[in-house]
Order: sequence, then structure tokens, then C-alpha cells
Amino acid sequence: MDTATSFALIAPELLLAVSSLLLVLAAAWGGDKAARPVTILAVSALFGAGLLLWPVLHLGKVGPETWAFGDLLRADAFAGFAKALIYLAAIGCLVVTPSWFDRMKAMKPEYPVLVLLATLGMSLMVSASDLLTLYLGLELNSLAAYVLAAYLRNDSKSAEAGLKYFVLGALASGILLYGMSLLYGFTGTTSFAGIREALSGEMSNGMLFGVIFVLAGLAFKIAAVPFHMWTPDVYEGAPTPVTTFFATAPKVAAVALTARVALDAFGGQVDAWRQVVIFAALASIVVGALGAIGQNNLKRLLAYSSINNVGFILIGLAAASVAGASAMFVYLAIYVAMSLGSFVALMMLHDEDGRALETFDDIAGLSTKRPALAWCLLALMFSLAGIPPLLGFWGKFVVFQAAVEANLVALAAIGIAASVIGAFYYIKFIKVMFFDAASPATVADSTRAHWAVLGITTLIVSPLGYFLTRSFGDLGDKAASALFLLP
Amino acid sequence: MSSTQILLIVFLPLLAAIIAGLGNRALGNTAAKSITTGALFASCLMSWPIFLGFLNGSLQETVVPVLKWVESGSLTFDWALRVDTLTAVMLVVITSVSALVHLYSWGYMDEDPDQPRFFAYLSLFTFAMLMLVTADNLVQMFFGWEGVGLASYLLIGFWFRKPSANKAAIKAFVVNRVGDLGFMLGIFGTYLVFQTTSIPDILKMAPGMSGSTIGFLGYRVATMDVLCILLFIGAMGKSAQLGLHTWLPDAMEGPTPVSALIHAATMVTAGVFMVCRLSPMFETAPVALSMVVFVGAATCFFAATIGTTQWDIKRVIAYSTCSQLGYMFFAAGVGAYGAAMFHLFTHAFFKALLFLGAGSVIHAMHHEQDMRYYGGLRKHIPLTFWAMLLGTLAITGLGVYHLKLGFAGFWSKDAIIEVAFARGTDLATFAFWMGVIAALLTSFYSWRLMFLTFWGKPRWIESEHIQHSVHKTPEQAGEDTTGGYHPHESPLPMLIPLGVLSVGAVLAGQVFAPQFLDSAAFWAGSIFYNENLIHRMHAVPYLVKYAAFIVMVLGFLGAWYAYIRNPSIPAKFVEQFRLVHQFVYNKWYFDELYNVLFVKPAFWLGRIFWVKGDKGLIDRFGPDGAAALVVQGAALAKKVQSGYLYSYALIMLLGLVAAITWVLV
Repeated sequence: MDTATSFALIAPELLLAVSSLLLVLAAAWGGDKAARPVTILAVSALFGAGLLLWPVLHLGKVGPETWAFGDLLRADAFAGFAKALIYLAAIGCLVVTPSWFDRMKAMKPEYPVLVLLATLGMSLMVSASDLLTLYLGLELNSLAAYVLAAYLRNDSKSAEAGLKYFVLGALASGILLYGMSLLYGFTGTTSFAGIREALSGEMSNGMLFGVIFVLAGLAFKIAAVPFHMWTPDVYEGAPTPVTTFFATAPKVAAVALTARVALDAFGGQVDAWRQVVIFAALASIVVGALGAIGQNNLKRLLAYSSINNVGFILIGLAAASVAGASAMFVYLAIYVAMSLGSFVALMMLHDEDGRALETFDDIAGLSTKRPALAWCLLALMFSLAGIPPLLGFWGKFVVFQAAVEANLVALAAIGIAASVIGAFYYIKFIKVMFFDAASPATVADSTRAHWAVLGITTLIVSPLGYFLTRSFGDLGDKAASALFLLP
Repeated sequence: MSSTQILLIVFLPLLAAIIAGLGNRALGNTAAKSITTGALFASCLMSWPIFLGFLNGSLQETVVPVLKWVESGSLTFDWALRVDTLTAVMLVVITSVSALVHLYSWGYMDEDPDQPRFFAYLSLFTFAMLMLVTADNLVQMFFGWEGVGLASYLLIGFWFRKPSANKAAIKAFVVNRVGDLGFMLGIFGTYLVFQTTSIPDILKMAPGMSGSTIGFLGYRVATMDVLCILLFIGAMGKSAQLGLHTWLPDAMEGPTPVSALIHAATMVTAGVFMVCRLSPMFETAPVALSMVVFVGAATCFFAATIGTTQWDIKRVIAYSTCSQLGYMFFAAGVGAYGAAMFHLFTHAFFKALLFLGAGSVIHAMHHEQDMRYYGGLRKHIPLTFWAMLLGTLAITGLGVYHLKLGFAGFWSKDAIIEVAFARGTDLATFAFWMGVIAALLTSFYSWRLMFLTFWGKPRWIESEHIQHSVHKTPEQAGEDTTGGYHPHESPLPMLIPLGVLSVGAVLAGQVFAPQFLDSAAFWAGSIFYNENLIHRMHAVPYLVKYAAFIVMVLGFLGAWYAYIRNPSIPAKFVEQFRLVHQFVYNKWYFDELYNVLFVKPAFWLGRIFWVKGDKGLIDRFGPDGAAALVVQGAALAKKVQSGYLYSYALIMLLGLVAAITWVLV
């Protein structure tokens, strides 16, 4: 395959790379005044990159024709689906950011550039089909993320969040690299295809170590238990727009990457890692739910909620089937919408002085003060709890269905039972907003950008979202097939 | 008789009940009362032509299909309304009494805040009762059966703020469930044996089944006997027969119009109706019939004895009802189903009259129901007095055989006593004697009621209700035992029903006796008709024919002597026969016996299940335990999330080690 074709395959990444470099220059020249134009341009670049994905998604491309640079990167339907979700999430996060930072006069042009660079890293992650490109993308994303977490560097909580994320991220990175070196040492290759072939026979202990270390490193990125400890602290400490970003786009990238590694590179040895994934799934569901119950801070609560949701996604991975992978992607897409919506709603909760209202006490009786906002949150929370007819139910349904079809009935049953615990704190949200006496805190008006994103995400999770399920499910199936190299 | 007419008769009351019940306060009292009462009078006016049509033989039995109901394998049955002679009799009884009771309630319930609800319940009851009597299959009959049970429960507990009313309602419901269990088993068994629930089909096949046996509780027993006994247990519950009678006296907690409609004229006769409806089936079951005779005769005597000792005017009439139902059952048991239905028919008029009359007395006496505090009311409420007098003459059966002249009760009750004698079996003779003794007691307690209420000196001031009304204590009142209270005659809506029912009580026997008792053509196969038995009934000795009359006079004289001539007698009698009186006065201690046998053990068992089973086991390890576990888990999760980097890193590494260990082992 010639270089030109390879470049054509990575056109979205090229667009993001070039535009982020140009925007760095623009930011350097323009100073803080350039913040808004740079943001708009970054959103445009993401939008353009998204458009470039259309052919891949539409045709459901798969196989060697999508392999770039001698199978270092794959621009197949799977990567396309993940990228589309990532770009959409990133656009959503960027749109709601400026008005939030404006409240503390902290909006700077670096922010969209960092998001753009992180997104480029994610793009590479989901395309990677070689340990080296994997690591490259992962680190590009992570380094941008560490900076983003500490974006409000004068705010001690934000700085603490950045530091914690960095240190623990470095540890996870070390674990991942160690696993990679073991794999390379025992298989003699870094390409996924090669590893898959090398693992197909009897596995040596060294290989097994490698597999587990790599998966552990990735589990840190998706914040699965027991590699989740950073999540509540970072989500709470980071500025809310950053938290929103963390909870959506990188989650998609990390989950997609994990799926590719587990099902492609380690796809021949499902039984070796399935038990670990099942444990991580159940532990995430339970710890996420239990952790959330004790929280009064809403951001922290949503952090645990994201851990909880990752557990459900991992159930789809544990199924290790096309249906399971498809269910994962469908769940992921719905999760992104729910997560984006609820964090945006949190961003909209601030008083006249710009102080954020982010505890249960602050939102007591919200329905009387801001009925529209309260009703949107109600839909989002019921959806997160997985209560029909909201779309969150469908995500859980397909995941459990895949698990049952893969004969993991016990896993599905425990998952369903544990989701009851989760329902407790989602419904507590609703109880506090609708049935408690109103708190004295006043809630200031919100900007149109916030309303727009909240409105769109609420519409998606509402029963109307079921109109999307057909095309969603279709795309999910194509992506899952591509992962298993099925035409 | 068009099918529209039949549908309207049955469904107008339902429609009225729905409108009045859902409209309730929004509709207002007058509208709700007008709609329900209007619907009932319309039903009544449409029913009489049907009855008269059957009477002169111009109508045939008709079945009106309404809806498909159940089709499941070989089990199929539909909603269908069946009208034949038997149903036509019940139609006029139900719609007439119900219409009159609706009208009566305009006056009686005038001050009640919940009138729409009351009238909706009354109409709902009427609909259910009509469904019961028009049922074409056993399941539909059961629907009506349960429907009247529900309406009865709601109406007994109509004044739900009164704890005693709630208790009575629950008691009625629970005791009826016992009977209903028997009825249900009977229906299941019938379906098992006949593979259908259609009543005509069953009756057609029943004679062929006599002599067959079936395994039941480990014994081989006669099929038809088992089925009929089970069905009869249902009838015993609904018709308050000995053993399952305890709910009926307590049911008097309901408003008096309810007692007249449900607990005298219609619902409690459903058991008799059912036995008559299934009479060809019962005729193939000699053991079951013996049981019917025995239970009927025993109830007839037992209830009458209690009636002689009670002080509450409504309870006296309630035991009287129980006793009269006993007559009906043993009439059916000896094979005179026509006589049973005839007594049901006449009894509906005079018993409704007595209840409504009692209601009128209670209304006049400021809700006082204790006869000890009545007395001398004859002059104050003369119209009520005359109505009650006619009712009493009807129930005691005043009439002379040789003149062919008598009140309603004379025709129907004497026929039952004669037919029991004519039957000649040992059990029938036992029933005859029980019937005669009960007739003596009936006369005694009926006249006792009359004398205590309408004759003698006023004793009103002793009543707390009257004291409240006149704001005086007996001491303040002194010599004037009326306490200055002035009973007032009831308003017109209450007097009109009394008048109409009086006519029925006087004439119903005289006019209809030939058809009900002697005409096989009238019944036209809707019940089993034993022509030979009726001939023998007419041929009994004169002494038997006059037996009821003689004891009636004796009862009257006894009551007159004890309550007018020499009022100190009852107290002396009680003194002399303390034990007997205690036994009878306390209703043969049935309630106490059941309390020890069933209620206490049930509570004891329930408490064990509740405290040990539910709270101690299911809640503790189920919901409560899980919730506590979650709370502990949440606390632990919070504790682990310490905020320290090194502990986070440690947990990550421990997790990694654990995963590796798990995979390796």
C-alpha cells in the first residue's frame, strides 16, 4: 500500500493535527481575545474531521483496504464509529465551555487547542492496531488531559486534580508499558495481528502477565474498579467543562481501544481474560453504586455514576461476541448523551455571582425555581437509572441481552440486581428536586449554548430517542463486525 | 319479552350505579338519587310484564347472549341472560323490593353526607343480584354471587367511621368466603364431571350421573352427593344457615334499607334460589337433600329461639329472616321446590315490610334500636304501626284453611309445614315438628316485638339517644317517661314503600298460591316439580292443616300474657331458667365457639407468620438486610476513598496482583 493511500486513510487525524498546530499559532498571536474565535475554529475542525468519516461509516469498511502504513493504523468502520462519537462529544464539550469559564474570566485560547490535541490522541487510540501507535495515541491524549485537569492552576482543587491524575496516570502508563514489553518479548511482535497469531497456541506465563498488565493499564483509562480511584477526586477537582470532557470523549476512546485490544489482539484467548473483565464489571457496578450513595457533591456523584456505567459496558465486553461489542457501542453512545446532558445541567447550576451550585442542598426544590431544567434532569436521571421508556433502558437491555446470549446469565442477573442500587441515587436526585423544600440559593439564567446541548441530549434520551435506535444499532453492528474482521 | 327489555332490566341498574358512583359529589345528591331510583323503577316496570306473561303462560324461556367470555380448550362459557319462570319470579322480587328500598332511602338517608355513594352501592347490588338470577352458567352465577357479596360488604360497612360497622362488614365477608369455597369447589367438581358449566346442559345430564361414584378425600363417594353438598355449603354461607349464620345478625350494622333489601328480601335468598335452580341435580343426590332438610329445619328452630330473647328490634327481625330461610331450605329438601320459591316470594314482601317498618320506628325514635326503650308508639306513628301490624299478621301466617282466606305467610308457610308432613320420611317428620315449633316461636317473638314497641307505656327516657335529643336525664324527667320527646311519623317517601309492601304482604299469598304451589305448567320445567307430593300435601289431616294456626294463636296468647297482661312474667321466667336463657340469649354461644376454634388460632398463626416469618426472616434478610448492607458498603467506599495518592496507587497495584494471581491459579 503506498503512502498516499495511507495518508488518505488518516485524513481526519491529519486535519486535526494541522488545525491544532495552526490554532496554537493563532492562540499565541491573538492572546486571550482570540479565545472565542479559536474555539469556533476548533469546533469547525472537529466538524470537518467528522465529515471525513462519512464514507467509512456509510460503507462499513473493513479489512486490509483500511490498513494504513503497513497495518499500524486501521481506519475501519469500528474506528469510524468511535471517532464519530468522540468528535461529537468533543464538539458538545467545546460549545458549552466558553460561557462557563467566562464567569471567572478564565477562558483562554489554549483550552480548545488542548481539547483538539487530546481528540487527536483519541483518534489515534481507536485506530491503533499496533502497540506502538496505541501508546502514542494514549499518551498524546493523556498529556493533554493532565494539563486540562489542572487548567485553573490558581485553584487548589484543580491543581490537585491535575497532579493526582498525572501521578496515577504515570503509574498506569508504566504498567501498560511493562505489559507491552512482556508481550513483545514473548511474541516478538508489536502488531495486533501478530500478537493474535502468537497467542493462538498454549500461552506461557509471560504472555499471560503481558495480557493482564496491558488490560490493567487500559482499565485505568476507562476508570474500571480497582483502577478507578482517581476518578472521584479528579472529576470533582477539575473545572466542570473539563470533567464533562473526561466523562465523555476519552471514555469512548479508552473503551474502544480496550475492545480492540481484547477482542482483536487477545481475541484468541478470551477465556484467559474473561474472568478478570467480569470481575471488573461487577466490581465497577457495585462500587460505583455504593460510592455514589454516600455523596452530597453532585460532580463526585456523577463520577461514581460513570464508574457504574463502565461496569455495564464491560458486561458487553465480557460477552466477547459481535452482539456484545455492538451492545457496548450502543450503550456507549447513549451513555455519552446522558453524561453530557447531566454535566451540562450541572454547569447551568450557579448563582448570580457565578458560584457553582453542586450539592444536593443547593438543588433542593429546583422544580419550583427552574422547572425546565429540573424536568430535563429528571429525564436524564431516569434514563441513567435505566427506567423505560427512556433510552437508558435500551442500552442496559442490549448489554444484558448480549450477556444472556453468551451464556453469562449469572452475570446479567447480578448486573440487573446491582442496577437497583444505582437507581437509588438517581431517583434521590429527582426526589430532592421535586419534593424537597426549596433551598434559598437562587439559580441564575443559562446561556443558549447550554440550553441547546441540554435540550438535544434530553431529546436523545427521551422516548423519541427510540427513533434513533435502528440506525444506531445498525452502525453499532457494522462497527462490531469490523472489529471481528467480518465483512 | 324482547331481548332489549331483558338487557335493560339487568344493565340499567349497573349504568345508574356507574353514573352515581363516579359522579358522586360532582353530580349532587338529588341527581344521583333520581338516576338510580329512576333506573330501578324502570327495571321494575319492565319486569312485571315478564312475570305476568309467565303467569298466564304466554311466554317461553329465553336466552339472550351478551358477550363471549372464556374460551380455553374445552372450557367455554359466555355471558348470557337466561329468563324462565324461576328467573321471572326473582326478577320481580328483586326489582320491586329494590325500587321501593331506593325510594324509601330518600327519606331514611336524607341527612347522610354520602348519599350518592349509598345509592350507587344499592344499584350495584341490584345489578349483581340480577346477574346471579339470570345466569346461564355456573361461572356467571358465581360472578353475581361474588358481586352481591361485595355490595353487601360495602353496604354493611357503609358507615365506615363506625368500628362496629367495619367489623361486621369484614365478618360478613369472611364467613361468606367459607361458603364460597364450597361453592367454588362445587363448580370445579361439576365442570370436572360434566365437562361444562352450562346450567341447562348440567341439569340434562345430571339424572344419568346418579349412582356414579368419585374419589374424594381418599373415599369413594356418590358423585352427585359430593357436588350437591359442596354447592349447598355455598348456599349455606349466603343464606346464613346454621353454622355459617353468624354474620347475618351483625350485618344489621348497615343502614336499615340495606337490611331490608339485601339481608331479608334478596341476597340471603340466593342460596334457596340456587338450590331450586339446580333442583334436578339435587334430586339425584339423596344424601345432599337430607342435609338440606336437616340444616334447614335446624336453622328454622334455632334462629327462632334466639329471636325470642333479643332486645334490638333489627336483630329480632334478622333472626326471624334466618329462621324463615330455614323453612325454605327444608321445603326444597323434601322436594317441594315450588313451595320454597313461594315462601321466598311472599317472605320478600312481608320481611322487607317489617324491616322498613322497623326503620321507620328507628327513624321516629332518634336512632334508638332497643325495644326496651320503646312502648306506646301506636298512637304516635299510626301509619307505621298499621304497616307493621300487617307485616306481623303475614309472617305469623294468619289465615283459616276452610275459608281459603289468609295473609301471605299463611299460604306459603303452612304449605311448607304440610308438605314436610306429607313427605313422611323420618327426617321430613323431624322437619315438620321443627317447623311447627318454629311457627309457635315466630308468633311469639313477632307479637313480642309488636307489644314492646307499640303497646304499653312509653319507656323512652331510658334511652341515651332520646336523652341526647331532649337534653334530660331520667331523673330530671321524673314521672314523664316520654321525657317530653315527640316521635314523628316518617316522610312520604318512606310511607309509600310501606303501603305498597303491605298490599303485597296481605295479598301475595292469596293471589299467587294456585300457580306457585299447584301448577306444573307455571314452572314449565324451570324447577323439579313433584306432582305426586303436592297431591299428598293437599290430602294431609285437618289437624296438620290447622297445626300452624293453633301454634300461631298460642304464640300470640303467650306474648300477650307476658308483655301486656302481666309484664313481670319475662323477668320471672329468666330468673327461673337462667341457664337456658343465657344460652339462648347469647345466641347458643356460636360466636364464642368460633372465636376459640377459628379466630384465635388464625390470629395466632398470622402473628407467627408476620413476626417470625415476614419481619424476622424475609424482611431481615431481604429488603431490610440488603438496605443495611448497601449503607455499610457506601460507608466503606467512602472510607477507602481517602484522598491520599499512595493509598490509591496501592489499591491499583493490589488489584493488579489479585488479577494476575487469579489468572495464574
